[in-house]
Amino acid sequence: MLDSFYKAFIAEQRYLLYLDGLKMTILVSVIAILIGVALGTILALMRLTAEQKGKSTLLSKIAYVYIDIIRGTPTLTQLMIMYFVILKGQGGLLVGSLTFGLNSAAYVAEIIRAGIQAVDQGQMEGGRSLGLSYTQTMKDIILPQAIKNILPALGNEFIVLIKETSILGYVSIVDLTKVSDFVISRIFQALAPLLGTALIYYLLVKVLTLGLNALERRLRQSDRR
Amino acid sequence: MKKFLVAALAGVMAASMLFTGCGKKEESKVPDKIIVGTNAEFPPFEYMDNQKKPDGFDIAMIKEIGKRMNKKVEIQNMEFKSLIGAMESGSINSIIAGMTKTKEREQSVDFSDSYYTSNQAIILKKDSKITKLSQLSGKKIGVQEGTTGDIISSGEKFGEKNKTIVKKATVKRFKKGVDAVMDLKNGSIDAVVIDEKPAQEFVKNNSKKLKLVIDSAGAEYYCIALTKGNTAYKEEINKQIKAIKKDGTYDKLKAKYIDSVK
Repeated sequence: MLDSFYKAFIAEQRYLLYLDGLKMTILVSVIAILIGVALGTILALMRLTAEQKGKSTLLSKIAYVYIDIIRGTPTLTQLMIMYFVILKGQGGLLVGSLTFGLNSAAYVAEIIRAGIQAVDQGQMEGGRSLGLSYTQTMKDIILPQAIKNILPALGNEFIVLIKETSILGYVSIVDLTKVSDFVISRIFQALAPLLGTALIYYLLVKVLTLGLNALERRLRQSDRR
Repeated sequence: MKKFLVAALAGVMAASMLFTGCGKKEESKVPDKIIVGTNAEFPPFEYMDNQKKPDGFDIAMIKEIGKRMNKKVEIQNMEFKSLIGAMESGSINSIIAGMTKTKEREQSVDFSDSYYTSNQAIILKKDSKITKLSQLSGKKIGVQEGTTGDIISSGEKFGEKNKTIVKKATVKRFKKGVDAVMDLKNGSIDAVVIDEKPAQEFVKNNSKKLKLVIDSAGAEYYCIALTKGNTAYKEEINKQIKAIKKDGTYDKLKAKYIDSVK
């Protein structure tokens, strides 16, 4: 057992490989989260234009089709299309973060939309009757309240995203899982590399969870007044 | 009543442990069934036929061996890199997957006599000037993860002379050889290093854009991997390989599966 851990992590300085893989996993995840939140917010607002107008608009239709397609196809398929067809093998980081960013945006959009719609209708009516415009009410009254609804579900999405980056190896991008694949193919033992990799992912998600929990607590401070 | 049940159960468990203990001592016997692992992503040796069943030279070979030994053959398709682990855990007792005999693998499994000699091929774009493996040093190379092409390209020691052939190359590792070939067509790598026969299949299907170079520095010997330490089984398999080669069946299979690829 000890010997296989030695072979999997120490021998031939393999821990450096894991560090490189971890770096790729984190970079892809962070960029994807940024893309996902930015694009997801835009998509959610596009979908909400239908509510504002009372009937479906061009923007809401575009957003709906995008979300429908992205959620209806497997991420792995999207990744392979991005790598082999669209970007033709250019740069692993670009392929990974773009695929996961575009993918995550669809889910984030629905989370944000749900969060906004969960805010009581009266808030919007109240804002409007005070003379604020739709945009002002949205920005200053609805969104600050919606963020509290959104955060737990959003944190969930980030966790899923981090773990799903483990399919990057399918297109030869060297992330954490790919490193363990590589080590397994060299030492012919699966236990140690897989357990080690699982532990690293766990710690990564743990750190994120703790951060999100702290943020949630901070946001909830105003509730208790 | 309950106590009696517990005691009976304990007795049965103890007895079964005892019996399995006995079984372990007589490991060196031919198993009742050939449970063979393969990775059906390696034409023409193993691939999924139109009915989505594993087929190919290796599969035909092991079925022939099974027929002659009067044993059932069960084929399990899995990832190439999982094969040896599956054997160690005992869920399969043979591997036929175009697997080369290497010192590292020999620590975990036993190998039969070689049933096929394979060369490494370099797949290149038509306009490439590369003619041998050593010229790939410093280049970008696509490979199928864990295969000989991967080991050579990664600059690991290889072959009878145990020497590094390719130095300091950037290696992109794919799950499937065909993915590496697609990457080559897309122009993001300089070459693909993979066994000769699958290489011919790939190049045949892309003959306008790609060409193939064979380098004997990469020659290697395909063997059937067998449960470590089971000499009786190994001897039986070797006997059958010899017989199949002698009576012409081998040439027939080779003609059917391998030489038909041109």
